[in-house]
Amino acid sequence: MFTRGLKRKCVGHEEDMEGALSGLKTVSSYSLQRQSLLDMSLVKLQLCHMLVEPNLCRSVLIANTVRQIQEEMTQDGTWRAVTPQVAGRAPLDRLVSTEILCRSAWEQEGARPAPGLGDGHVQGPVSDLCPVTLAQVPRHPQSGIWELDGPQENRGGFHKSLDQIFETLETKNPGCMEELFSDVDSPYYDLDTVLTGMVGGARPGPCEGLEGLAPATPGPSSSCKSDLGELDHVVEILVET
Amino acid sequence: MFFHLDFFHLVRTTDIISTVEFNHTGELLATGDKGGRVVIFQREQESKNQIHRRGEYNVYSTFQSHEPEFDYLKSLEIEEKINKIRWLPQQNAAYFLLSTNDKTVKLWKVSERDKRPEGYNLKDEEGRLRDPATITTLRVPVLRPMDLMVEATPRRVFANAHTYHINSISVNSDYETYMSADDLRINLWNFEITNQSFNIVDIKPANMEELTEVITAAEFHPHHCNTFVYSSSKGTIRLCDMRASALCDRHTKFFEEPEDPSNRSFFSEIISSISDVKFSHSGRYIMTRDYLTVKVWDLNMENRPIETYQVHDYLRSKLCSLYENDCIFDKFECVWNGSDSVIMTGSYNNFFRMFDRNTKRDVTLEASRENSKPRAILKPRKVCVGGKRRKDEISVDSLDFSKKILHTAWHPSENIIAVAATNNLYIFQDKVN
Repeated sequence: MFTRGLKRKCVGHEEDMEGALSGLKTVSSYSLQRQSLLDMSLVKLQLCHMLVEPNLCRSVLIANTVRQIQEEMTQDGTWRAVTPQVAGRAPLDRLVSTEILCRSAWEQEGARPAPGLGDGHVQGPVSDLCPVTLAQVPRHPQSGIWELDGPQENRGGFHKSLDQIFETLETKNPGCMEELFSDVDSPYYDLDTVLTGMVGGARPGPCEGLEGLAPATPGPSSSCKSDLGELDHVVEILVET
Repeated sequence: MFFHLDFFHLVRTTDIISTVEFNHTGELLATGDKGGRVVIFQREQESKNQIHRRGEYNVYSTFQSHEPEFDYLKSLEIEEKINKIRWLPQQNAAYFLLSTNDKTVKLWKVSERDKRPEGYNLKDEEGRLRDPATITTLRVPVLRPMDLMVEATPRRVFANAHTYHINSISVNSDYETYMSADDLRINLWNFEITNQSFNIVDIKPANMEELTEVITAAEFHPHHCNTFVYSSSKGTIRLCDMRASALCDRHTKFFEEPEDPSNRSFFSEIISSISDVKFSHSGRYIMTRDYLTVKVWDLNMENRPIETYQVHDYLRSKLCSLYENDCIFDKFECVWNGSDSVIMTGSYNNFFRMFDRNTKRDVTLEASRENSKPRAILKPRKVCVGGKRRKDEISVDSLDFSKKILHTAWHPSENIIAVAATNNLYIFQDKVN
């Protein structure tokens, strides 16, 4: 995943920050973690469609998680109120501990080849899938994911990028997860709604990382922009915004 | 009084055990595995010389229940893994059980043969036809004893009724019908009819894009043949009455606990998904298992459970990594003891937990070969959550998440439990003083 390693550094530095900035860092860390969770979920959704037959319960739960994140990020995009930062210290600790756990697990994931590659069956179930997009209306975050037996007309508008993704998967080394999304059309990662007007924005209440829900305003990712250098496409969007 | 278990019996199977079930008398114990095999153990009759009531479980019958199949239409493999086994109550000398994989339910008859007919007129001893010209006398074949042979024969195959993966089967108390549930539908079958089933629950939305909830488990009421429950991935339980309508899409009762806002996270829904639902033997309560807890519900109270037991709450702060490595989707089962006073469920690191509903005491035990010597009493285990770790405790970060106990079973009347740990089957018995 493109987030692997890079965001870690960003979060790691937060431990040294204190004072007024800590709230902001917590916010940006929360939004980064939330983005990481979103990306991880999307990968899971795609991977599970490459297996023998997707576990419907698991797919539904992951998709619902994606939808929740989407809704929250959409809300954050329109939310403007600025309130003083409240108790950032305890949640920050929780953030870090979650982070550490995720980090060790993710480093292992990098070495693990994606299942099902090279398998002749990849094409069939995979073509039903449409990636979740942030730009699309949250009401229909995924089209055609569940259609195992029904018609395949519900593909939505990202057929092209979907094909690109799976072309990548089929031809490239399984380890190159980072490149998965590098060819995806920009709307897939349209973070405009998330990032507009966020400079200097503070979040309203305690943020407990991914373990606690908060209508947090994600801080600007600009502080971590340099760390996302590998993500050419996303960085372009951020800079343009 | 609490439960002191001693190690009893360990069976090593060739494949990962995917289901464990005692029959109604406890005389037989069936396991299904990932390779589609069923192994049935039978309890040895206690000899008169033995003081302790200890009958060992020995292999009684082994058969291949399901084979891998290929769905050519969807270009997908159908796994032969046995998802569930359910016994029918015994009505004659033979034993009957239902076993199911993702798509097909089969009724198996397991019977003994210890006599064989000898002295046929038209066949010789090897079964070859005799030349009629050589037959000069007529005789009646007689039954002579032979070595005991246990045969398993498939009596019914209930196929082609499930588009999605079957997660539950349940025999009705009328002993004439049973239900099979997949992610979106529940079908009612008559044991005698294989080419037809009634659909009694269908939650598939017209537009699959709107799918947000699936059926995770279902079970018939132990006494009322018109009543059943099914659980969902959103942590709800619906009780349905088949007398109300042919299609039970509208529940009679709806059990849901209000969400705790202080514990809310992106993982809340996933950990609320119910992996197993079981009626108590009395029929008065239902027990549900979600990722972190076991809950007991009174059928008369829908708005919250009457009891909640924490199985491994120390995992609550690890949900992110458990999501990442998919452990958060593990489906643990739960069981009642015969008197509904103790409930049991599995956890990680080959731990399993028991909760005494009356004394409110609980214990964590481990199914491992290291501390399983015959007649050794199982030592309670403890997970250290934070701070200083005591000598015998194990810290959360040392837990082995690949060693999960998903399937357990409790003898219907005695304190004998069967615990499946990957491909090992442990049988423990309460130490009788």
